[in-house]
Amino acid sequence: MLALESVTYRYAGAPRPSLHDVSLELGEGEVVGLVGASEAGKTTLCLIASGLAPRTVGGTLTGRVLLDGEDTAPLAMDELAGRVGIAFASPTTQLSGVAATVYEEVGFGPMNLGVARPELIARIEEALAALRIEPLADRDPAQLSGGQQQLVAIAGLLALHPAHLVLDEPTAQLDPAGTAMVAEALAGLAAGGASILVAEQKTDLLAGICSRVVALDGGRVVLDGIAAEILADPRLTKLGVAPPAAVRLRRAVADANLPAAALARLEHALAAPR
Amino acid sequence: MAVTTTALAVLAGGLLGPALLTAVAVVVPAVVGRILGRLLRTALLLTLPIAVSVLLVNLFFFPAGREILFQVGPIAATAEGLGFALETLARIGAISGAITLFYLTTPPSELVLDLERRGVSPRIAFVTLASVQTVPALVERAATITAAQRARGLDTEGSLWRRLHGVLPLAGPVLLGSITEVEERTMAFEARGFTRPGRRTLLWWPSDSGPQRLARWLLVLAVPLLVSARAVGWLGWLG
Repeated sequence: MLALESVTYRYAGAPRPSLHDVSLELGEGEVVGLVGASEAGKTTLCLIASGLAPRTVGGTLTGRVLLDGEDTAPLAMDELAGRVGIAFASPTTQLSGVAATVYEEVGFGPMNLGVARPELIARIEEALAALRIEPLADRDPAQLSGGQQQLVAIAGLLALHPAHLVLDEPTAQLDPAGTAMVAEALAGLAAGGASILVAEQKTDLLAGICSRVVALDGGRVVLDGIAAEILADPRLTKLGVAPPAAVRLRRAVADANLPAAALARLEHALAAPR
Repeated sequence: MAVTTTALAVLAGGLLGPALLTAVAVVVPAVVGRILGRLLRTALLLTLPIAVSVLLVNLFFFPAGREILFQVGPIAATAEGLGFALETLARIGAISGAITLFYLTTPPSELVLDLERRGVSPRIAFVTLASVQTVPALVERAATITAAQRARGLDTEGSLWRRLHGVLPLAGPVLLGSITEVEERTMAFEARGFTRPGRRTLLWWPSDSGPQRLARWLLVLAVPLLVSARAVGWLGWLG
């Protein structure tokens, strides 16, 4: 379980906190979506949950971050690396830059953690297969497209086998097919017991994989509940978050006074594979 | 090999020493590795500007020059200057050949893995590789920013003043972007356990055959031998 207890965080030199009294709990196998407008505090929350703030980023934090009941405050970043993993929106900065092939890049994290070679190879191949990027294995990561690099970065994260995953807009540079692959991989990880926090603008993705959604505004949690309910909540639009296509469709159908059967057919068409 | 070849090229005097060294430590491995053509082209490109200046300066301005070969106006080309220039060029050729051979046969990632395998800290190994790989990344970033600025009307061509004027709006984004990138990359490295103390697991490492090891050690042993031979004056026959 990954938990934040009354966390308030201020970046070094900032006049006021970026997060105020945030409490959040992710249970085993739970996928929680994080939504909010720009500067709502999503990235900051991700950095805190992963342990990077304040360890690497600096700043001051009050409250507690717990991993499986253990307070993470005394732990060093390398002690957290195998337990909680984080992926960012920009693929280029997530790649190590020292690996000649995608295969080595995916193994970079477990190599750092000293994972034994047979297990290392198994983890790399499993991560490549999860995102169906085995054909890229021998390619130079620097020569890939942005979307392919992001898949490689996520595969590198999966190879760490963290019990908790934090993803900050992981599909920002992915096309629908790539986004679907990431969604599938995350669902698989959650089924295996990983708790996952996903900050995303793509609410359609969240609707497909999250059991719960939390909305932030001005660094505070303003909505927290079952994904389907929060994503259909009219207040979400006022927070600057576009609801999923199915919700927008339902609203449009209701506004146009179309029969329920028409709505069912439209929703079926929307859900069908492209 | 590149380091010892360079040291030997400096130690060996005359024309014959560096020429023999080039043949044994540069040309033969390049032929075996089927890269002789690329090596010659790259080494020539690397050394041509310095070779031309060494030749001209020594040919015409060698202080101990007595035997005049020909005159260009008031300046005389001397045989002693030509001899010294050729000896220097032979050394430069051996050194640039050795460095080019290293560059063409050793991918940076393999160098890092081999350094790590030999006990060098991964951080030092990473800094070595990052330094090599930062340059193309910076060039690519600068090209992207230049294209974006030109699309918005920035003039980066024309007179020297105009070009200098155009550099300022590019320098800021390139430098600030690089600093931000370093910060994000640091976070990504930390999150992937790079700061963990102790040895990393290596997925693979470059092969190191018996003949390769033998060639390396022979070159290393040749350095003190050559120093001793030079000290006692046994290398006079090299010229």
